[in-house]
Amino acid sequence: MIFAGILAGGTGTRMGNYTIPKQFLLIADRPIIAHVIDKFIVHSGIDKVIVGVNENWHQYMTDIQEKYYREVDKLVIVPGGSDRNGTISAIVEKTKEISGAPEDILVTHDAVRPFVTLKMISENIDAARKYGVCDTVIPATDTIVYSANGEHITDIPLRNNTYQGQTPQSFSVRLFEEVYSSMSGEELQTVTDACKMFMLKGHKVHLVEGSVSNMKITYPYDYKIAQIMMENPEDDLFAV
Amino acid sequence: MICLQYKLVKPFVIETFFHNVKPEGTSHLIVRPEKLSICKADMRYYFGQRDAAVLHSRLPMALIHEACGRVMYDPTGKYKSGDKVVLLPNIPGEDEFYAENYRLDSVFRSSRADGFMQEMLRLRHDQVVSYRDDLPDEVMSFTEFISVGVHAVSSFAGVSHSRRKHIGVWGDGSLAYVVCCVLKSLCPETKITVIGLNPGKLQYFNFVDEILTVNHVEKEARFDHAFECVGGAGSGAAVSQMIDTLCPQGTIMLLGVSEEPVPINTRMVLEKGLTLQGRSRSGREDFVRAIEILQTDPVFLGRMRYLISAAVDVENMNDIHAAFERARTADFKVVLNWNI
Repeated sequence: MIFAGILAGGTGTRMGNYTIPKQFLLIADRPIIAHVIDKFIVHSGIDKVIVGVNENWHQYMTDIQEKYYREVDKLVIVPGGSDRNGTISAIVEKTKEISGAPEDILVTHDAVRPFVTLKMISENIDAARKYGVCDTVIPATDTIVYSANGEHITDIPLRNNTYQGQTPQSFSVRLFEEVYSSMSGEELQTVTDACKMFMLKGHKVHLVEGSVSNMKITYPYDYKIAQIMMENPEDDLFAV
Repeated sequence: MICLQYKLVKPFVIETFFHNVKPEGTSHLIVRPEKLSICKADMRYYFGQRDAAVLHSRLPMALIHEACGRVMYDPTGKYKSGDKVVLLPNIPGEDEFYAENYRLDSVFRSSRADGFMQEMLRLRHDQVVSYRDDLPDEVMSFTEFISVGVHAVSSFAGVSHSRRKHIGVWGDGSLAYVVCCVLKSLCPETKITVIGLNPGKLQYFNFVDEILTVNHVEKEARFDHAFECVGGAGSGAAVSQMIDTLCPQGTIMLLGVSEEPVPINTRMVLEKGLTLQGRSRSGREDFVRAIEILQTDPVFLGRMRYLISAAVDVENMNDIHAAFERARTADFKVVLNWNI
């Protein structure tokens, strides 16, 4: 089966005066996370959408499910882990409960990237099937500067070779389990990115083309931009 | 759900827009366009050949009103996810006295509403017609175009007198081709003569009874009825030739779109008692009929395949521009494999 895993384990707001987690803020009168879930629900290649949500916000997410997805049996909510990989791991456990087939694929996506396209999702599924693991990226436009200590530049990689990582990140569930179980406690604490885990364990992570518009809504500035991007007065005008 | 739209903001310039496609509501379903076909009307917008005031009032607008695609989500369960459908561009107005396609308050996509250059859109159930999986999607993408031919021929049967031994079709483009194919399918006994300009394009009409170039049409009454599929600057000369060569009380079906007013020799129209009837847009039942013909008449379907001059893979914005450039020189239709 092909699963979508929506990562909503975070509770950070970093969003000015708002006190609820940013995935629940509204864009065009709809929670950001609902925009994300919608895309994976309508994608015919996705069999189940599993949302990993922080336990404190489980009821809030359940209310969203009740409000928008009462008739949809494709959506499942699970308690997230203490960090990003923990949430992915919780979602992986759920996929095993539902299917457990060796060919299962998991397409993980940030709950705060509502501009993901069908094309990105399709290309992630294809790449995960073909290569085992893939990451969605865009070429870096700014020069990426690496500093090991936060005071001095350690390295400036060639810009042509640098990319910015987005999501979806997708992989074979079987491969994830193999990699995750081989990580030491120390490694798990320092490695926050799923693709990095695969790399550490010697797997080649394939690149999938993302988009500048597939932005992560992290700061008030991003939220403002996302709202401006949606200022389209013709929405649904002729479809009623 | 946030979905992409590709809108023409001014001639030659397309930009990305986003809009909210709500999955809720049992009166709608969500559809993903998969194959789109460029029409001359789209090209007039893209290449800036419309009046400046029209461009100013209608842009930004997503172009293209000929498309087929797949149902992504239907809350009523009438359609399954993955069902193939033709998308209807007409959003009918309310005055049911008139046919849905001619109501003044009807809204047509890629004219007064956004067309199908979108990632997904919400449509009413009566704005799609499903078709069999084995039909070629490239052809189905221009079902709207075929349905206009079906609509014209069906209306013609209602307004013209019953002597239909010989019909003249003016034009050598895709519309003339479709009209000839529909006439051959629905009126197989009728002799059809095509009158065109471009000998290369006229070669495609090998199934009609006679092919003439415009300079070789003698000024004598010989056709019972005529179809005008010329449009543009050639409309006037074509209509004039039709009036000259039609037998008394014949019907002229006007289908070609012209930006400029066309002078008509009304003296001869009166003298011969001719009927001029305009037909451009089709209604839902014409789509259903067109799909029925495509599904049951393999000869007709086989001929429709020749209308595809090029299929262009569209993965990004540059590909969209390339497709319009290709359409400029194509004999007939350019189909976009919409994977954006």
